Amino acid sequence: MTSDSSPPPSRRGLIALAWLWVGAPLAYGLYELVHKATQLFTG
Amino acid sequence: MSSPPLAPPGWSRWLVPPAALSVHLSIGQAYAWSVFKPPLESALKLDGTQSALPFQLAIVMLGLSAAFGGTLVERNGPRWAMTVALVCFSSGFLISALGAQTKQFWLIVLGYGFVGGIGLGIGYISPVSTLIKWFPERPGMATGIAIMGFGGGALIASPWSAQMLESFGTDHSGIALAFLVHGLSYAVFMTLGVLLVRVPRTERPVEGAPAAGGGVQVSARSAVRTPQFWCLWVVLCMNVTAGIGILEKAAPMITDFFADSSTPVSASAAAGFVALLSAANMAGRIGWSFTSDLIGRKNIYRVYLGVGALMYLLIALVGDSAKPLFVLCALVILSFYGGGFATIPAYLKDLFGTYQVGAIHGRLLTAWSTAGVLGPLIVNWIADRQKEAGKHGPALYGLSFGIMIGLLVIGFVANELVRPVHARHHIPAQREAADDQRQQPAA
Repeated sequence: MTSDSSPPPSRRGLIALAWLWVGAPLAYGLYELVHKATQLFTG
Repeated sequence: MSSPPLAPPGWSRWLVPPAALSVHLSIGQAYAWSVFKPPLESALKLDGTQSALPFQLAIVMLGLSAAFGGTLVERNGPRWAMTVALVCFSSGFLISALGAQTKQFWLIVLGYGFVGGIGLGIGYISPVSTLIKWFPERPGMATGIAIMGFGGGALIASPWSAQMLESFGTDHSGIALAFLVHGLSYAVFMTLGVLLVRVPRTERPVEGAPAAGGGVQVSARSAVRTPQFWCLWVVLCMNVTAGIGILEKAAPMITDFFADSSTPVSASAAAGFVALLSAANMAGRIGWSFTSDLIGRKNIYRVYLGVGALMYLLIALVGDSAKPLFVLCALVILSFYGGGFATIPAYLKDLFGTYQVGAIHGRLLTAWSTAGVLGPLIVNWIADRQKEAGKHGPALYGLSFGIMIGLLVIGFVANELVRPVHARHHIPAQREAADDQRQQPAA
């Protein structure tokens, strides 16, 4: 059991996982967007 | 009724933006509804107006549930709101899957439009006040991250849904399976938000940050009785109308505009233009809202509305002689459109405090619903009339651009009229403390 005086647990792993969870699909969406947007200059 | 989830000691505030993003990236799928339109039309024998019904009802429900559910969201906290959003949004897809499988279109309207639309409204406002409380010194940046997610949701869903329909088929069973996978996937994805979201335990969650609850506090009920609320309503409505006018008709607009020029625009190039506008919309949400923390909310709206009007004027004056300039101006206008959405919660917080900022934001979103009707109506109606009159090229849109400039000027004036809220609308400190006490039971 953790006592009140002990330092709070580090959340770095959880923070990285949470940002990866939302960042990965967003990166996929951005990749698809860039791919499509280049058609303005090549199409 | 549930209690807001209090953060345990040492909880990082950097866990809250991904929680918000998991909800906004999901509900932002609404803007990718058009992917389902052609398959639905051929599988269920619908016309274009009918296949747009689920989306239209969803946007109406977004406005209504945000306006009427805002107080409940404030009372029950972000976890309750995110759970409601998860259940409604995912159930909407599951009901739609049943509708597609049984070829009952009304079930798709009910599921995606009505039930899913409630999820959109509650989900949209769910993290706003929590983010402002965690990032009191950077409210623009914090809410900008979440609201950027709503723009990003369509970027993810559009190619993802299209690929799914390609794999499952575009007959009614394929559409049903796609709806089912969407419902289940979004339920899992949004769970992160429900699990991670926390309300700060203290008024000052970060060392050195100003107290979240300090300064003016106004209840949602009082806020709608102030001229400041209605000035901001006009500001948002005018800014969104100006952006949505381009966004809704972007592909045919750029094609028509340069049809008579030496550099006509092909269909694939027009699709690229639409994609670029989406990127500007998203970048504006995070970039301009972050900037608003540095230069102030009133100044940033001066830029959105004043420079936005100048951009429209440039397009109208230069016509079809400079395509890069047209693209650049459209990108700037769309970045202001996104920025306007993302900065408004922080503007509300500056004027009305954090007390019921989520509920006030919900009520203000009725300006979005109004603009959603007004913007496309102006541009489409005028372009049709001009076509009937035998006009072509830039002449099709000249009058629309003139009206947009006028609307932006009205918005600019409304922003100039914004003053600090009169003391008679402020809530007594004792009542705020009592409400906080009620909302923060033993963790």
